[in-house]
Amino acid sequence: MSGAGLLGATRAILAKELLLERRAPQTIVAMALFSATTYVIFHFALQRDSIAGNLASGVLWVTVLLAAMLGIGRLFIADRDEGGLDGFLLAPVDRTALLAAKALTLFVFLLVLEAVAVPLFGILLLGPSPGAGGWAGVLLVLVLADLGIAVVGTLVAAIAVRTRSRDLITSILALPLLIPVVIGASRATADVFAATGAGSPGGRWLLVLALYDLVFALLAWALFDFLVED
Amino acid sequence: MPTSTRLYGTRLSAWAIATAIVLTAAFALAAFYAPIEADQGFSQKIFYVHVPLAIVTLIGFVYGGICGVQYLRSGDSRHDLRSYTAIHQALIFCLAALITGSIWAKAAWGQWWVWDEPTLVSFLIVFLLYCTYQPLRFSIEDPERQARYAAVFAVVAGAFIPLNFIAVRLADPLIHPRVLSKSGGNLPGEMKLTFYMAIVGMLLLFITLYKYEMTAKHGRAQLRALRRRLGTIDQEAPRGRSAAPSVNPS
Repeated sequence: MSGAGLLGATRAILAKELLLERRAPQTIVAMALFSATTYVIFHFALQRDSIAGNLASGVLWVTVLLAAMLGIGRLFIADRDEGGLDGFLLAPVDRTALLAAKALTLFVFLLVLEAVAVPLFGILLLGPSPGAGGWAGVLLVLVLADLGIAVVGTLVAAIAVRTRSRDLITSILALPLLIPVVIGASRATADVFAATGAGSPGGRWLLVLALYDLVFALLAWALFDFLVED
Repeated sequence: MPTSTRLYGTRLSAWAIATAIVLTAAFALAAFYAPIEADQGFSQKIFYVHVPLAIVTLIGFVYGGICGVQYLRSGDSRHDLRSYTAIHQALIFCLAALITGSIWAKAAWGQWWVWDEPTLVSFLIVFLLYCTYQPLRFSIEDPERQARYAAVFAVVAGAFIPLNFIAVRLADPLIHPRVLSKSGGNLPGEMKLTFYMAIVGMLLLFITLYKYEMTAKHGRAQLRALRRRLGTIDQEAPRGRSAAPSVNPS
């Protein structure tokens, strides 16, 4: 299969996913609502009006991770129910196109979610704002973490969609696999949200996130074909 | 299908005897020969159980991942069975390593769990991940797909282990000084001998249990095949859905 074919197929599937979500917004709306509600829950559960530092970082990443689980759980549902997977398997294109398109879909969903959820976090819960430089650092961490979540989420969703207890498998499989992302991302943004003044995300945490993204991207690339064989 | 009369695992007793001898010797050395560690005292001796358990756990998980790769490359269901058995046994060893680690934490720091011991925390995360192996297999009915997805899981989880160790170790700067390097590099001679003996013993235990489980699975499959040939198999009783791979008796 030529590289152009792979690229074209990826683009076609990605366009289909985004069109579906734009015509009948479901997943992203649910993820955004979920994250807003989670902030309210954190406010009452922690009994704090504003949070900073480690705590703020942790609340943000737990919220993003749990909202991402909603997106992961729904990633292949429409394709399985409406026969999209079978249609894709009949098409003479590289299977990797499905992986790339689905991972990009999840990545876009996460970015759109965060475009809502992170400003909301700043308004509702975060203590002192870290300033423009601080937010730029947060954006960098968000992009790196989202890449990891998107790749691992796609892999897990592809496994779980062919099992009977799909939603259970998605959660119990994705959460432990994503623990390194939470470690790296929450450490990276802890200094940015510090009450004493915004620091910058630590370089080694960005490195850990980048390493995680790289390893799982290669793994997903190598293994995805086995998940859509039949 | 011709059923061979060759029994699987005929050398099982030899492995079991070797395990008993080496493991008993290692524990005897740990109890009577290895000196009491100066800083931690008697409680340090649980290291001769805990660390070998942890090392053998990792070997088991990695072996399971390698068998997963071999299954994906060849489609030979024997590799799937090996992968399943290795991960199954390693999970039990992992639980034992966690429990002994917890006892050690209680003795050393007075708490059953310490979050600033990165290796122990890493093991907890790895344990939680591998706990999903059986539910995953159980929820896929088609045996061929079950084997394939389980192999993908074994490979992903195997690659996850080192990444997880890096992330957790960076996250927890070592507060407690390490009086005993786990690699055994700076141990005095008596401790080193005991430690290596314990690792060999634990590895033998793993191999014996692994072979025992394989033998049991093969034995059951052969029995079923023989019954089928005799025509005495009870057709009305369906084989229950299982997380374990099916064995071809041949």
